Amino acid sequence: MSKYIRAKITENTPVNKGHNLLILSPDDIPQRSLPGQFYMIGTDFSYDPLLKRPFSIFRETSSGEGRELQFLYRIKGKGTKLLKEMRKGETVNVLGPLGNGYPMPDKNLTPVLIAGGIGIASLFPLAEKLSWSVHFFYGARTSDELLMLNKLKGLVKKELIISTDDGSEGTKGTVIDILDNFFTRHSSLVTRHLLYSCGPSPMLEAVSKFAAEKGIKGYISMEENMACGVGACLGCTVKTKKGYKRVCKEGPVFPIEEIVW
Amino acid sequence: MNLTVNIGKLKLKNPVMTASGTFGYGEEYSEFVDLNKLGAVVVKGLSLKPMEGNPSPRIYETPCGMLNAIGLQNVGVKEFLKTKLPYIRKFDTKLIVNIFGNTLYEYVKLSRIIDDAGADGIELNVSCPNIKKGGIFFGTDKKMLQKLLSKVRANVRNAVLITKLSPNVSYIQEFAKIAEECGSDAVSLINTIPGMAIDIKTRRPRIANITGGLSGPAIKPIAIRMVYETFRAVKIPVIGMGGIMNCADAIEFMLAGATAVAVGTANFVNPSATIDLINGIESFMAENNIPTVKELTGGMKI
Repeated sequence: MSKYIRAKITENTPVNKGHNLLILSPDDIPQRSLPGQFYMIGTDFSYDPLLKRPFSIFRETSSGEGRELQFLYRIKGKGTKLLKEMRKGETVNVLGPLGNGYPMPDKNLTPVLIAGGIGIASLFPLAEKLSWSVHFFYGARTSDELLMLNKLKGLVKKELIISTDDGSEGTKGTVIDILDNFFTRHSSLVTRHLLYSCGPSPMLEAVSKFAAEKGIKGYISMEENMACGVGACLGCTVKTKKGYKRVCKEGPVFPIEEIVW
Repeated sequence: MNLTVNIGKLKLKNPVMTASGTFGYGEEYSEFVDLNKLGAVVVKGLSLKPMEGNPSPRIYETPCGMLNAIGLQNVGVKEFLKTKLPYIRKFDTKLIVNIFGNTLYEYVKLSRIIDDAGADGIELNVSCPNIKKGGIFFGTDKKMLQKLLSKVRANVRNAVLITKLSPNVSYIQEFAKIAEECGSDAVSLINTIPGMAIDIKTRRPRIANITGGLSGPAIKPIAIRMVYETFRAVKIPVIGMGGIMNCADAIEFMLAGATAVAVGTANFVNPSATIDLINGIESFMAENNIPTVKELTGGMKI
């Protein structure tokens, strides 16, 4: 069950220029979320912006008797600019948890997580859950946009490879280059891996093409403009091989081969 | 306190309904709303055959409102009767089915099927701005509307017939009069107002359909004006909608002439908006010594 509840801000602090960490302590305890699920967050002091915005759940932690919901967000448009100005003690409205979340991998498959930019927010809790076994590839345009690197380093036991478009941190290039390199090294075991990816649309498209070429299965988390978050408005659909599907309901996580680009 | 209102022969327990296309088939909101409490549920626009809808992006937020061009994606009447109708029938609320067709024949056939299936009401969508055929083309041409309504009326025996009007005409009251003359039991208004937005960096339209329908608080004053004009022109009940966010908005619509109101975009903002509205209307009536909600309809003082 998802719920529509009020939540008090316990923290809303910058993690770097352009990104904040929001920690909420909700009035009522919603059902525990799964990695890859999301919440809609909004305020009720204005009609502009009007709609709530979807945010991937970054972490969910226990605090005393209650639970805290953590969100990592990029300050991008009108909604997130206003959210950034909100202070500890103020309240927001949250709806969730929503969507399907990432399916867990079969035991015989090695998960490979590919995050681009703020896509880290969605994949981080999955990495936390599967830390013993994941390969984690994380790309951004520049080192300034890499988030939670230290936490990630502590988390990922197997392999963490960073890339930036400008080479300011890690390998110079894109995560697709890393992916290509990785599967060249592991060419005999290609189909023993399962991809999980979240990031900007062009990256997801490239990951999907790569997966199709190599015959690798996996899941990607999609994004679309969203209004209701509960499957009613049909606004957030993406084209799949089985027709239009709702990001908020059948998604946001889809089998990689299902999306029509 | 008496919150009941009548739409033709249909008695609603309160004047709050959902606007078609904003509440799915009811089940999508059942986690947040006790559907038993609603005056009526108006379900997503239905066609004879399933429709896949428009490409993405389908929605875009604008100041105090949103544009949408969903393209009437729906499951089709067969699936509706099999799964959606039995679900909503479990609740003690009135079911109004919004229907549309590409041709006059499709409208007639579908309204007959829905009438036979025992829906409480049929809302004829002659005002959707986002599909290529049908929809708004019936609702913006008086002769077409007349022909359509006469045919549908002759084929609907039990359900109340509601005509959903487009704001995209010079004088909406003239279309309301046609609806009344052709035997429509009520009119509902307004549908969304056609609009557009462009991304100045990519120079591409914000929604794939290029144009979309504007809804939300941004259109409320236009909707209230049209409800007022329609109320003065016809005797049949007017169902008012367009940017209703809270009970004050709903009361404003009723004072302008609405017998009942529908909540649309507000459902997206607050999933329990309908319930908040019902409670709000009740409190308003108690605080202002209004024994029956009907008293509000057309109660504006000039």
